[in-house]
Amino acid sequence: MADLVLKNVRKSFGRAHVIHGVDLDIKDGEFIVFVGPSGCGKSTLLRLIAGLEDISSGDLFIGGERVNDLAPAKRGIAMVFQSYALYPHMSVYANMAFGLELAKSSKADIDSKVREAARMLQIENLLDRKPRQLSGGQRQRVAIGRAIVRDPKVFLFDEPLSNLDAALRVQTRIEIAKLHNDTGATMIYVTHDQVEAMTLADRIVVLNAGRIEQVGTPLELYHRPANLFVAGFLGSPQMNFIECVVSHVGAEGVQVQLPNASMLTAPVSSQGVRVGETVTLGIRPDHVKVSPQGSLTGRIELVEELGENHLLYVDFGKGRHLTVREPGDAHHQAGQEVALSLAPEFCHLFRETGEALPFLSESKAPAPSSPDMSSRAA
Amino acid sequence: MSSAVAPATVPAQVPVQGGRSSLTRSRIRAAWVFIAPTLIVLALIAGWPLARTIWFSFTDANLNNLTDYEFIGFENYIANYDGEWLGLLTDPDWWRSVWNTVWFTTISVSIETVLGTIVALILNASFPGRGLMRAVILIPWAIPTVVSAKMWNWMLHDQFGVINDMLLRLGLIAAPITWTANPDTALWTVIMVDVWKTTPFMALLILAALQMLPGDIYEAAKVDGVHPVKVFFRVTLPLIKPALIVAVIFRGLDALRVFDLIYVLTANSRDTASMSVYARQQLVDFQEVGLGSAASTLIFLIIALLIVITMAAGRVRLSGDPR
Repeated sequence: MADLVLKNVRKSFGRAHVIHGVDLDIKDGEFIVFVGPSGCGKSTLLRLIAGLEDISSGDLFIGGERVNDLAPAKRGIAMVFQSYALYPHMSVYANMAFGLELAKSSKADIDSKVREAARMLQIENLLDRKPRQLSGGQRQRVAIGRAIVRDPKVFLFDEPLSNLDAALRVQTRIEIAKLHNDTGATMIYVTHDQVEAMTLADRIVVLNAGRIEQVGTPLELYHRPANLFVAGFLGSPQMNFIECVVSHVGAEGVQVQLPNASMLTAPVSSQGVRVGETVTLGIRPDHVKVSPQGSLTGRIELVEELGENHLLYVDFGKGRHLTVREPGDAHHQAGQEVALSLAPEFCHLFRETGEALPFLSESKAPAPSSPDMSSRAA
Repeated sequence: MSSAVAPATVPAQVPVQGGRSSLTRSRIRAAWVFIAPTLIVLALIAGWPLARTIWFSFTDANLNNLTDYEFIGFENYIANYDGEWLGLLTDPDWWRSVWNTVWFTTISVSIETVLGTIVALILNASFPGRGLMRAVILIPWAIPTVVSAKMWNWMLHDQFGVINDMLLRLGLIAAPITWTANPDTALWTVIMVDVWKTTPFMALLILAALQMLPGDIYEAAKVDGVHPVKVFFRVTLPLIKPALIVAVIFRGLDALRVFDLIYVLTANSRDTASMSVYARQQLVDFQEVGLGSAASTLIFLIIALLIVITMAAGRVRLSGDPR
């Protein structure tokens, strides 16, 4: 079976270092999503696994075998490309069968595999068409079908949904999740879309500038970001960040002084934290409430109605902003003064290095220490 | 494959009903205004000489005096004087030149296509110094034909030529070969020089086609483990075929009109004379404008016919989607 191990994998193109030593264990049957901003090296990392690029240093094991020097075809992988990469002059059937012809399979064998995959993806009626006669979603299915017929140990997806429209993206996303359930194959999926990452992944790998920022289950990353980058990257709208100064440290947590001089105690470990140190307080828009007792006051700059909830963009002086998300329709208008209260138990504190202070108690959020990867059906 | 597949839905063109709108009419008028200069220039520099040549081919005009001639019908092509057939169509030298030209065209364009494809594939790969190589390979094409033909003439010279010298030193031949004069080697020599000169042009056209190909399908083939040779014949070749056929037609047109290379290398030798060399000989050396024009007219017809055959065989549409 196909577990993947990356050991200190590095890649440089000439003098440009793109991947700076990645260590990662991927279990058999796991759905892993590489996510990060453009240029973070997530696609390069996938291409290293596929064998489309050479690994500069480090080791890559697939199913226990070191595959650094193995040709892509010998690695037991199949890849779905962002641009579909269908052969434009071949029919859908030929596109799916082409890679099998060399595998010395019999004609009947190829035929049954292609038809089986076509049935699974509901593209049986398209088999005689040319790619240019298909819609984007149909092309993407053919590309996935071409991967399925190879019966790979590992599926690699390189931003497979980014060329589809929003509705189709959701639909195809669900189909990919189903495919993972049905085949039980290991899947590695690259995206810059955090919704895809959150919904599909057993574990998310957040990459930034060629380094892994954090690996964990979607909720672990959402509730317990290890650093400022992950905290800011996951979640929409983005987490609010407020610079403050540590005013007191104790067993119950770290007390900080907010810009308006009010105090707040976050239930995080105070180990190594000095009074007077500058830290960044992070809080998600859902955990900021408009309330008369609120400690922070500001003026609403903009109201966005989303139907099921609404967003308030509040300016609380000196160009500092807070985003508030509240359920239902908005009761406020732009220009109004409001008082905001922050829920201390949901406050993250990040040191100047960007590293998060660990929470003292894990009761408020799913425990990050025991991620159960295999049971989470994507 | 399944026969129960719905036919590809192609949006039907709605035919324009009734009269054209004023907008359509003004657009058509504008189109004519834009292409009129081209049409006029073409008529003056191509249409008029062609018409004149065809007209002369039905006369007994002579280069000495182009104003005094008589219409003689098809006598330049074929005529019967006292039971003896005369005229261009009965001249074995003419048919020899037609054969030479067709042979030269077929062989040289074939070799150029194969070599050009190989060179293009090499230049399409990424290696250090690729930009320089692309420029260097064009040198034979950039040299004027007369100059390169003269250069080869000297290199192929039976006494002083570097090629005979090299082959003698290597012991491959016992005596110098008169490459351009020997009937056995003359046409092949011409073909060799043409291949040397024109392969770069072919390579450049094919390289342009190769660079239009999407790179991702090659990565997909790599992941699928398709052998590179199979990828070439099953993916690359079908995708560049339209461009390849256009390139072959270009080269074919050129080769069928070949004159300068053959004239400089072998002068009026019967063994290598092309149709154009024959026509020039009639027209200039023998001053027979009528006969020379008849030969030129036939060249025009033969080339037109061969191109139509090639295009039909390759199913090339010069307009519209090439795939």
